[in-house]
Amino acid sequence: MRPVYAISGGVSKFAKARPDKTFQAIIKEAYDYAIADIGLDFPTFTRVVDGSVASYFSDHFTRQLMAGIMAQDYLGLCPKPGHRVEGGGATGGLCFQEAWKSIASGHMDVCVAYGFETMSHVETWKGNEFIALASDVSFDYPVGGFYSGYYAMMVTRHMKEFGTTVEQMAHVSVKNYINAFHNPYAQKSQRITIQDVRNAPMVAWPLTRLDICVMSDGAAAVILCSEEGLKKLEAAGAKIARPLVKVTGIGRGTDAMRMADRPHVDYDFFMENYATEQEKSSDETKAYYRKLWDHGTRYPGVHSFRAGRTAGNMAWKHAGIKDPLNELDFVELHDAYTSSEIQTYEDLGLCRYGEGGPFAESGKAFLPNIDYGLKLKDKPVCAVNPSGGLIACGHPVGATGLMQGVFAIWQLQGTIKKHFRDDQLQVKDAKRGAIHSHAGTGTYVTVSVLEREG
Amino acid sequence: MAKLPSQREETLGGFVVHGVPFPVSTDEEALEFLKKMAPIQIEQEYRITYLHSYGQDSPWFAALTNKRLLASRDPESGYTYANPRGHDMYSGAETKWVDITNVPAKVHAFTVCYFGSQEFLPECPFVLALIEFDGVNTLLLTRLMGVDPDAPSLDWIGMEVKPKFLRNSKLKPTDVYFTPVGE
Repeated sequence: MRPVYAISGGVSKFAKARPDKTFQAIIKEAYDYAIADIGLDFPTFTRVVDGSVASYFSDHFTRQLMAGIMAQDYLGLCPKPGHRVEGGGATGGLCFQEAWKSIASGHMDVCVAYGFETMSHVETWKGNEFIALASDVSFDYPVGGFYSGYYAMMVTRHMKEFGTTVEQMAHVSVKNYINAFHNPYAQKSQRITIQDVRNAPMVAWPLTRLDICVMSDGAAAVILCSEEGLKKLEAAGAKIARPLVKVTGIGRGTDAMRMADRPHVDYDFFMENYATEQEKSSDETKAYYRKLWDHGTRYPGVHSFRAGRTAGNMAWKHAGIKDPLNELDFVELHDAYTSSEIQTYEDLGLCRYGEGGPFAESGKAFLPNIDYGLKLKDKPVCAVNPSGGLIACGHPVGATGLMQGVFAIWQLQGTIKKHFRDDQLQVKDAKRGAIHSHAGTGTYVTVSVLEREG
Repeated sequence: MAKLPSQREETLGGFVVHGVPFPVSTDEEALEFLKKMAPIQIEQEYRITYLHSYGQDSPWFAALTNKRLLASRDPESGYTYANPRGHDMYSGAETKWVDITNVPAKVHAFTVCYFGSQEFLPECPFVLALIEFDGVNTLLLTRLMGVDPDAPSLDWIGMEVKPKFLRNSKLKPTDVYFTPVGE
């Protein structure tokens, strides 16, 4: 595999509705921004780019099949190669990785990954129905198809097994909303408190409206290239900042569509197949897990995302990461729900299974120098969702995983101030970060690691 | 030879527009002004009726109609799925049917939906639950009745429950639902 660099990105402003433009023109906002950020004009980039990957989740929202080729056409990329990827909420993460494959394999030298979703074309309850059709239509959807309900069931099990509290979940919402207050691309711009989260209308017990991301219209684009691609771009006049941002780890996992079908494995199987290297090497952690299993915990059940753990372990191994909490400067993870952010802390090994709740309120995942209005026990260690995540930025599904890629590039380039016109969210001296994209109840999960060279 | 129609027939049924603001002339200034125009949004309806086959899972629905709850079991390992599954995910072997109607069951996880997808909005609030069965390795998603949706409690997890069946089958997984034992 060849080295792959993530050199530029762009994001449209995420909004509840963008009736002012068609989806192609919204994508072009993000695409043009990414091109302009390396100092190229549209025709020059068109000449140099080898092809694309398109990302969008649901044909239902657009009532348009083959939307990918319509974007390819609008962006002037025909007849260059391109294809659409789809994998629920992980669509953007899959798209990023497919573009990485195109470069790493030597098939392309410059590849653009673009994605979008326009969810405002139907009412929220119809949108929920479209999303719920991404559950088994014979056995799950007809029972009361509603993704917030599915995740709420998962977290009631997490609460019962591990003692996780709604206040711990609310810490995630407060963190992400207040981070997003400094992000001009975010759909939400409000400072909230734990009480605001708990007093918001109940959607699916125990998740309130402020525990859940919103539907959005939006687009994002990322440009990836090889060393050869760098030379071609720079020969064409591109100004690509040094040090470069390199993609150093790729991981993916999957799980059964019906979460009811997921296994409940024993301690030995868990330790052998799913424990992180760090967990395997600690007698204290092994004893901790033995105690959990003695009390009835089985893995993954519905409280954890086996696909997330699989993707994380794979990406960490690829990138040579042994201790993700201390070796990553930030993680942009898929927080469609506050509960799923907590579950993902555990999947990614930022803490152990069962400790996601205390981790959420500890302060370790917060940014320094931002007043959250909370008393946090620990100092920040690894910022999680410094952008505000899906909860506050919004979740135009096909764009979301790419949005994470764009924000990660900007963090590692140290250019948050330039792009956000505010440096509050810049992780100081960020050298390595991860992006995590997740599809319905953890069916597809991707984790990609990006690093600043030098 | 009959004269061929050269004009489309104007109809007044369905979607009719009687006037949209637009410059009276298309001079350069007027055309530039169009860049400031608000978007036109129209309604588009999309209705479909699918003929959906339950395929190899059909006996599971036939059983519900007859007030029986089936599960799928790998004949060698005995690994049992509460949801029907034609082939075992570990051995790849064809599963056999087993009757779990009277197997002891408990609530494994649940939620109360106060909001939902359009199709289910009229039923809100309703309780979704994942049920665990003795001797069955996986769970079953179902509706839980006989509990107060206005007073959800983690104590519901672990509650012993039993299946109930609709008298008038709809050939849907909601033909079976669960209630607390003793209800």
